[in-house]
Amino acid sequence: MNIVVCIKQVPETTEVRVDPETNALIREGIKGIVNPFDENAIEAALQLREAHGGKVTVVSMGPPQAEEALRHALAMGADEAILLTDAGFRGSDTLATSYALAAAVKKIGDVDLVLCGKQAIDGDTGQVGPGMAERLGFPQVTFTIELEIADGKLRARRVLDDLFEVIEVKLPAVVTVVKQINEPRLPGMRNVLKAKRAEITKWTAADLEADPTQVGFDGSPTQVLKVWPPQKRSSGQLLEGEPDEVAERLAGIIKELNIAPR
Amino acid sequence: MAVRLITEKCTGCKLCLRACPYGGIEIVEGKARFNDQCTQCGACVSSCKFGALVLEVTFTRDVDVDQYRGVWVVAEHLHGQMRRGTYELLGEGRRLADKLGVELAAVLFGDGVEGVAPDLIAHGADKVYLAQDPALAHYRTGPYTDVLSGMINQYRPEVVLVSATPQGRDLAPRVAARVSAGLTADCTGLDIDEDDRLLVQTRPAFGGNLMATIVCREARPQMATVRPGVMKALDPDPSREGEVVEVPVKLDERAILTKIVEIVQQESDGQVNLQDAEIIVSGGRGLGKPENFAIIRELAEALGGAVGASRAAVDAGWIPAYHQVGQTGRTVQPKLYIACGISGAVQHLAGMQSSDVIVAINKDPAAPIFNIATYGIVGDLFEIVPKLTEKLKGL
Repeated sequence: MNIVVCIKQVPETTEVRVDPETNALIREGIKGIVNPFDENAIEAALQLREAHGGKVTVVSMGPPQAEEALRHALAMGADEAILLTDAGFRGSDTLATSYALAAAVKKIGDVDLVLCGKQAIDGDTGQVGPGMAERLGFPQVTFTIELEIADGKLRARRVLDDLFEVIEVKLPAVVTVVKQINEPRLPGMRNVLKAKRAEITKWTAADLEADPTQVGFDGSPTQVLKVWPPQKRSSGQLLEGEPDEVAERLAGIIKELNIAPR
Repeated sequence: MAVRLITEKCTGCKLCLRACPYGGIEIVEGKARFNDQCTQCGACVSSCKFGALVLEVTFTRDVDVDQYRGVWVVAEHLHGQMRRGTYELLGEGRRLADKLGVELAAVLFGDGVEGVAPDLIAHGADKVYLAQDPALAHYRTGPYTDVLSGMINQYRPEVVLVSATPQGRDLAPRVAARVSAGLTADCTGLDIDEDDRLLVQTRPAFGGNLMATIVCREARPQMATVRPGVMKALDPDPSREGEVVEVPVKLDERAILTKIVEIVQQESDGQVNLQDAEIIVSGGRGLGKPENFAIIRELAEALGGAVGASRAAVDAGWIPAYHQVGQTGRTVQPKLYIACGISGAVQHLAGMQSSDVIVAINKDPAAPIFNIATYGIVGDLFEIVPKLTEKLKGL
């Protein structure tokens, strides 16, 4: 099986701050990690390779330092890593990113399965997987919690709020996974060192033969006007005293609210 | 966006006829040809084994935005049972449409669901576009994308709102990529910039630590998925009048790449219905073990409320994920939210801080939950919660 996993490097913490002057994200001192859901996608790919044989290629689009994320994937066991990096990709929204990643999958060629996390923890959009599936003309399976492959078909269990759905699609397909699908392996020290020295292929927009009107700012229909920290709700009153007394007061307060249960 | 046929590559195999939901392709003299029914939905493109059908993406700057008018809401239902988020979208869509001075339409897909259309009108729609086919009975990405994309090309709405549910977040990005629309995920605030007729979209990112305002100036439609539980539904008015427009479609099961093997609705009781609950009692890491959720359930029962949980409790496997409140769970706005043993990580606060009254019970006085609580109690929840339940029962 020829599997591609698309991953994103995200800030280690979501507790980021905004520069009040410039409205820009303060990135100093924040380490980049592999988006946690993407680690599950890598793990799923490695397990499929173990079961069916084949190759796992990881692809990421981002600045040169996104190489670190790809090295982590290599240390976990991926066979090859490709970084899409080009000034022309800057400013790409989810549609432009989908286009570029799909172009990379096409360039890799003969891909049976594309895996990604259900969403990235920084943008929280979950739009790139389906967008990529559309650009590739592949069926998509999102929010996957279990998957198995037999006879060129993929059977997946999806978790959708109050529903579970089992669906079957023909390969090739794009699959996005939720955290509960597996427990990503920790790379051993030897693999980490090996991955440090590994060659990472770099592709530019020209390498992808990308239409310049479909990547970067030009290929992105959406624009972020501003970014700001959410307004905090102010704190109220502390109820103090013995548990019995506090419970009594609270029960009184709740009773006063006079909320009729539905 | 446009679908183009490369005639030299066409073999006249008719696979595209099967894939077309609109009857928009004919075979004439051994080659495919588009007829008047074609909506440029793109369903045929991936069906062609010979690369004879290609989707040409329009450069967004070439889109004539003035050709697009109207606000659409994509209705989501399970076997004809409308999801509550749809009513919220109709309420919000009504407000936006009035600001723009245009019609609000609901888009309804299914099989034998025409009976639901009046309900959508009662909740604010001027028009319901109804597409019915056995293959649309249950949501599947492919057929829903094909039919919705075709309708967007044909009727050209300027705004399309979709619930940010798993279904909506599966469908919207696929359609947006098909029709080259701008799409903003999981919006919690929408408004109209009346000068430029722009949809101004506000959404949380970074797990709720940041808010962002996003617009789409050039591409159309402006699409947004909208977080359930945030917008306000209108009280239904059965006397409201509206029009039902049937969109004739015909799907061929053989051309659909996804087969549904099984759908299981998870067991649920009143205590899970977070979205409708006036009162929610939630438990977190402070409960220590799954059995201790019993005291949360008892308090919820005494109050006639629902049971919520923090991500920590869900991740620990103490309670199923559909109880989860927060950025990655449900957003709730009950009249009363009681947080027990929940420290109040930003990602949890993002899902409940719009509740009218928040009560926090936690043994750590430094827990961030106290910063937003209307009433805070620093103490042992195992002592306080059962006493509270007891006293409420006695009142």
